[in-house]
Amino acid sequence: MPATVGAILLTGITLYAVLAGADFGGGLWDLLAGGDQRGRSPRQLIDQSISPVWEANHVWLIFDLVIFWTAFPRAFAAVMIGAALPLWLAAGGIVLRGAGFAFRKEITRLPWMRAAGATFALSSLMTPFFMGTVIGAIATRGIPPNPTSTNQHAWTNPTAVLAGLLFVAACGYLAAVYLTGEATRRGDRRLLAYFTRRAQAAAVVAGALSLALLAELHGSNRVLYSRLTGRALPLVILAALCGLGVLASISAHLPRFEVRVIAALGVATVIWGWGVAQYPVLLPGTGLTLDNASAPRSVLVALVGVFIAAVLVIGPSLALLFTLQSRGALQPDEAGLLMAADRIGGARPASGPRAKLPHEGLKGAIVALFAAVVYLRNRRRER
Amino acid sequence: MTRALITLATARVSGEVVPARAQMATTLGFHIILASLGIAFPTTVLLAEFIGLRRHNETAMRLARRWSQAMGVLVAVGAVTGTVLSFEMGLLWPGLMRRFGAVLGFPFDVEGLFFFLEAIFTAIYLYGWRRLSGWKHWASGVPIALSGICGAMSVVAVNSWMNQPGGFTERDGRIMSVHVWQVFFNHAALYEMPHMILAAYMVTGFIVAGVYAAGIVRGRRDRYHYTGFSLGFVPAAILTPFQIFVGDTAARAIAHDQPVKFAAMEYVARTSRDVPEWLGGVYLNGQIYGGLKIPYMDSLLVGFSPSTKVVGWDSVPPADRPPAVWLIHLCFDAMVGLGFLLLLGGLWAAFEWWRRRHLPPQRLFWLLGSLSGLVAVVAMECGWVVTEVGRQPWVVYQLQTTAQAATTNGGILASLTVVIVLYAILGVATILILRMLARRWRHGDADQTDVPYGPRPRPPERSVPERTSAEVAS
Repeated sequence: MPATVGAILLTGITLYAVLAGADFGGGLWDLLAGGDQRGRSPRQLIDQSISPVWEANHVWLIFDLVIFWTAFPRAFAAVMIGAALPLWLAAGGIVLRGAGFAFRKEITRLPWMRAAGATFALSSLMTPFFMGTVIGAIATRGIPPNPTSTNQHAWTNPTAVLAGLLFVAACGYLAAVYLTGEATRRGDRRLLAYFTRRAQAAAVVAGALSLALLAELHGSNRVLYSRLTGRALPLVILAALCGLGVLASISAHLPRFEVRVIAALGVATVIWGWGVAQYPVLLPGTGLTLDNASAPRSVLVALVGVFIAAVLVIGPSLALLFTLQSRGALQPDEAGLLMAADRIGGARPASGPRAKLPHEGLKGAIVALFAAVVYLRNRRRER
Repeated sequence: MTRALITLATARVSGEVVPARAQMATTLGFHIILASLGIAFPTTVLLAEFIGLRRHNETAMRLARRWSQAMGVLVAVGAVTGTVLSFEMGLLWPGLMRRFGAVLGFPFDVEGLFFFLEAIFTAIYLYGWRRLSGWKHWASGVPIALSGICGAMSVVAVNSWMNQPGGFTERDGRIMSVHVWQVFFNHAALYEMPHMILAAYMVTGFIVAGVYAAGIVRGRRDRYHYTGFSLGFVPAAILTPFQIFVGDTAARAIAHDQPVKFAAMEYVARTSRDVPEWLGGVYLNGQIYGGLKIPYMDSLLVGFSPSTKVVGWDSVPPADRPPAVWLIHLCFDAMVGLGFLLLLGGLWAAFEWWRRRHLPPQRLFWLLGSLSGLVAVVAMECGWVVTEVGRQPWVVYQLQTTAQAATTNGGILASLTVVIVLYAILGVATILILRMLARRWRHGDADQTDVPYGPRPRPPERSVPERTSAEVAS
């Protein structure tokens, strides 16, 4: 029974990653979209694809948190004390992202719109990064079973930081792949090319970071490393194949629905690879396992019941939401005072002042990421 | 000896308890307003849309569409501030989660389910205005209203369980078995759930009423404003007497279930008969300053007889008594007093309607009406102060103290400071944006682009005319 609930928890984490992760990734591309004019159409696409779904996607996090504390309260408390600071920062990112995004839609004055938009975009990086460092801290045995305070080194060590960067890159990768699909649906070739380039770049960065993380784990948690290259190897290979498959098919301009599924599958296999490698340990290095740290059986049974109810009730509802979304049935209303012409057009010459956003940042970010990877790998060799 | 050790142990960690409590109070006090709107506002919007569709009422229809835009902002802020509370359950109170996470987890899991439904159908409802036909669109909103109520029940189940814990067995600090439905429908849940759900509906109704009453006070005496006012005011005013009845029942139950909390609410220092009721008054060092004393009244309210024995706070040692009884008492009185004020407002309107089929013409009514939202919010916040401060020093009544539950991590003062600043900005921004929306609606122009950045395009001519309800119905 504990293993079943553990699988449910991992499923919840996977769904949060592949659904809400893409919403955070949208924030990354929004940040890198450039000035007012250059960034106009990609931002519009990002905004319209995230708007109706982000709150529903976000609920997976709540679901995961409550399952975690219900099923494994001791491990939950240990993580909450042992990794408090990055969790506070991740929560702060959630508040700023949600509020910034919701406010930007309603603001009409350009400077305030930019402020809200920048808040949304920057905080979209915070949450995945710090969540990644928390997972990194867990994976590198940074969380003791009964901590009394946060060990800041646990989540700032190279493995944890790499995990944080990987989370950001994976979010960007998912978002870019999904957005190529969205651009195709709208028949916008320019945006298709735009997000194809970004999906390629993000795929390369995420792949490189994954390899770097694996190499780094060799030094920081040998057991996890040997299991990732042992019993979890099929999943690791599948993840690599998914990544290469997506890269090949988007490069060949085959942005079909299946490509999005394969991209999500690739991220899912990384998460399940981690889960399989760590099984049955909850927090490496603590002796807390699925069995000895789980809630009483009646609670676990109730949890499985809730999950079945969720599949039966939420599954169809989510299917309805995504179907309506993909048919374009969900559009902002603006209280019935729309200007349909403007919405279809979007080609109106823009003449406003430019925002000083880091629009040359993409190349810079890639270079910086590679530099970080190289640096970390060298450091490991020195040790 | 053990007692002294426990005191010593709690003294060591008590450094973080006060800021942790302050932070929980700030974030919960902020979120509860948005949560109330999240629970009840969809119903108000649906009511407006229902009237719009059924009676082909253009004004109600326009209100429904505009309100759903405001709802989009409120739901987003509510969703993120609610998430902060989920994090805080662990980050501020890891001791509580470590020991009782398995017990109080189930209601939260159920809440997660309803939160999901709420989020999904909110998206369909808010973004479906243009493409879903009239009644179909209305129906897509019904699950939001229902899951709002069920979600509120689930969360209140946890809070009431903390007041009346049960439904589990514990051995050597480990939870051995849990009866999840006994946890969910604990004794206190029976009165806390209706009390909070009614509070949410009242807060929402009076806030909506307050917004339009303020417009009417400023001279916007048109059909639009009167309709907006009525859609909020009428349901809230109808629910007010029910809320007073539920609250009265709850108070009597608390006198029985948590006598010390009740003693603090009513200034009962010593267990005795013929207990008087104090209206107002400040209790300091054994003396009550000011306040109106009504002899026998408290005994009468508790047991319908002046000779009813009421348990005082002398029944427990000083360490087990809540701090600042004056705060608890004054908040309780404020909640009850403001509840009756709202009841009076409702009676006033009912009287005028009965006499001349018209809302009250008196300016005083509209001035009070414009404050009714604030009054309802203050009453609700006071109620939360009563139940939360009144439970102290316990986080789980008579099982775990708040000090034992608090985190041992330092730096809560820092996070408290950040939270206060962040939430102040968030609150101000939310209100400013809602006001801005209102201004935009008033001017009737659609100077809005759905491109996040970029200069505003000039409106071509006038905006596209609104969908009339006849079109909607077809």
